[in-house]
Amino acid sequence: MSSPVGAQPLLRVRNLRKFFPIVKGVFRRTVGHVRAVDDVGFDVQEGETLGLVGESGCGKTTTSRCILRAMAPTSGEMLYRRRDGSTVDLAPLSRRELRPLRAEIQMIFQDPFGSLNPRMTLFDNVGEPLLVNGMLNRGERMDRVAELLRLVGLRPEFMHRFPHAFSGGQRQRIGIARALSTNPRLVVADEPVSALDVSVQAQVLNLLLELQERLRLTFLFVAHDLSVVRHISDRVAVMYVGQIVELAPTKSIFERPRHPYTAALLKAVPVADPRVSAGDVLLKGEVPSPANPPAGCYFNPRCPFADERCRREAPVLRELASGHSVRCYHAERLELAVPQERIDL
Amino acid sequence: MTGEPLLSVRDLKVVFGLDEGSVRAVDGVSFDVMPGKVVGIVGESGCGKSVTTKAMLQLVDPPGRIAAGEMFFRRAGGEAVDLARLDPRGREIREIRGAEIALIPQEPMASFSPVHTVGEQIVEAIRLHARQWRPEGGAVSRSDARAIVVELFRDVGISMPEQRLDSYSWQLSGGLRQRAMIAMALSCKPRLLIADEPTTAIDVTTQAQVLALLRDLQKRHGTAIVFITHDLGVIAQMASHVVVMYLGRVMEEGAVDAIFHSPRHPYTRALLRSMPGMHGETRVALPTISGTLPHPFNRPTGCPFHPRCEEAIAGRCHARVPVLRPVGGGQSASCFLHHDEAEAT
Repeated sequence: MSSPVGAQPLLRVRNLRKFFPIVKGVFRRTVGHVRAVDDVGFDVQEGETLGLVGESGCGKTTTSRCILRAMAPTSGEMLYRRRDGSTVDLAPLSRRELRPLRAEIQMIFQDPFGSLNPRMTLFDNVGEPLLVNGMLNRGERMDRVAELLRLVGLRPEFMHRFPHAFSGGQRQRIGIARALSTNPRLVVADEPVSALDVSVQAQVLNLLLELQERLRLTFLFVAHDLSVVRHISDRVAVMYVGQIVELAPTKSIFERPRHPYTAALLKAVPVADPRVSAGDVLLKGEVPSPANPPAGCYFNPRCPFADERCRREAPVLRELASGHSVRCYHAERLELAVPQERIDL
Repeated sequence: MTGEPLLSVRDLKVVFGLDEGSVRAVDGVSFDVMPGKVVGIVGESGCGKSVTTKAMLQLVDPPGRIAAGEMFFRRAGGEAVDLARLDPRGREIREIRGAEIALIPQEPMASFSPVHTVGEQIVEAIRLHARQWRPEGGAVSRSDARAIVVELFRDVGISMPEQRLDSYSWQLSGGLRQRAMIAMALSCKPRLLIADEPTTAIDVTTQAQVLALLRDLQKRHGTAIVFITHDLGVIAQMASHVVVMYLGRVMEEGAVDAIFHSPRHPYTRALLRSMPGMHGETRVALPTISGTLPHPFNRPTGCPFHPRCEEAIAGRCHARVPVLRPVGGGQSASCFLHHDEAEAT
């Protein structure tokens, strides 16, 4: 995986695995594992947005939780470059060792109704990370919260109100203000706009782009909506059953997908133009269980191009062209259908 | 469109009387559904699209009530009945509900009983509405009903229908569960199908399968569908006629091609613009709709959209409520940019 910027990546994930045991019986014997994340690797450059897409159960959220160290990975490395230039592996760190890093890696949540404490005012909700990080002076905290609210497009006077007084889009802004309170460098956003209406979604996406520019933020953007991911990401990683099947710059992955799953996923998105016909459904069947994935390539039972080798051996993620990696034996010779060009108004 | 409409909604009003005041969830909605056509109702949360469909089935829960308007439904015999006047617990609506007008709900998990097999539940519906299968009178035996369900399951693409019949809803995957729900909705040969966000809770590749199935069934059986969604892509691919709602009112309606290619109402135009597409520029600011959805207790005077409208006419849009009138091209819009007719005050 080459880096477009050339500099050392902000985050380098290698061979990340997270298995959840399946336990059975009175002795809670482990009878198997759900391979939620199974050998995932990617780099995130400073200042870029890496989109992580896939259907439910593909491991995108588990991957982001591991990076946040909301859970400990089963194995693998997550090398994070600190502000002073030193590199630290997040995977083996203890709670105490992680504490100073928490301020640098923050999260924006999906549900703007569940992620704010309804009994705390905006000042307390947004200001709590500051308090935890040692800003004990109340006046100082007030100034900072006011600045943060202004930054996300809310009036500082709202500080003493409670979350229930705000709409979904406004609450999402509050959540963003809280994530930014500690001056993070890496922000993990897990489906930050999927609970919002179209018109509000556009406002929040614009805010994220603007903040990224202004504060030189790095985003790991997890979502299932392909048009949203396409809009905000510099590069996109597509996940399927716990693995990355394709990783490439946004333009090339959407214009010329090289993995049959990516192509099918793009084809499945309903085009907002009645003149473009839906065409045939490419994918039959369902996503296999990560507890019992098929032999060989995980996609082979649903893949129209699968052959003997695909059923026997598992392909690895390999670089096809500069910055474009794919986990498929046949990527070079496939002519994958790209969704038709939209007739613009 | 020629011929008699199957359903004709005229000036429907649904009011929720709450302690804090009354909320006009549906405020004068009119549209027609022609036999065998798909009408899409789009709008953001709170626009009244779901309440409209609940009113059609007399399923508005207190404190909500149908305050005014008519909903003429042409029954199998040819006579028209005003659904708005029917007793919600009366015999006539119970003959229609689930039989002549069926519903595909949004959440199939919450809509099936978890303690009965899916087969039992569909058999019950068929036996209850025996008239739909035995127009000459008489009951449908349990084994006949079971045979019908096996046929239905095959029709909606459920493999091994005999076994699936005896599964509980929680044993089925999301896609299968939604297919079973569609089978249940079709079990009494409805002439009108209401699909309330039927694919919102499922993944994009499964959504593509379900939409293809609905299109195919619609073509083969000629069932009319009222399709509710907030997803403009889904509407473009499913509907032949589109109704755009905002704050309980119809902003614009017309043929799907006209709505997407020559939208006349500023709200429709803004909605289409604010959506990130699968083509075009990425990482640029999206056009947004300024402001937020007003609180239901705080409805703007005049045109409900005027505070957020870029083209609002000073002194006019805030004072009077525009009515839905033809604006050419088979479209109708409620907007003073196109006509001068206001609601009588």
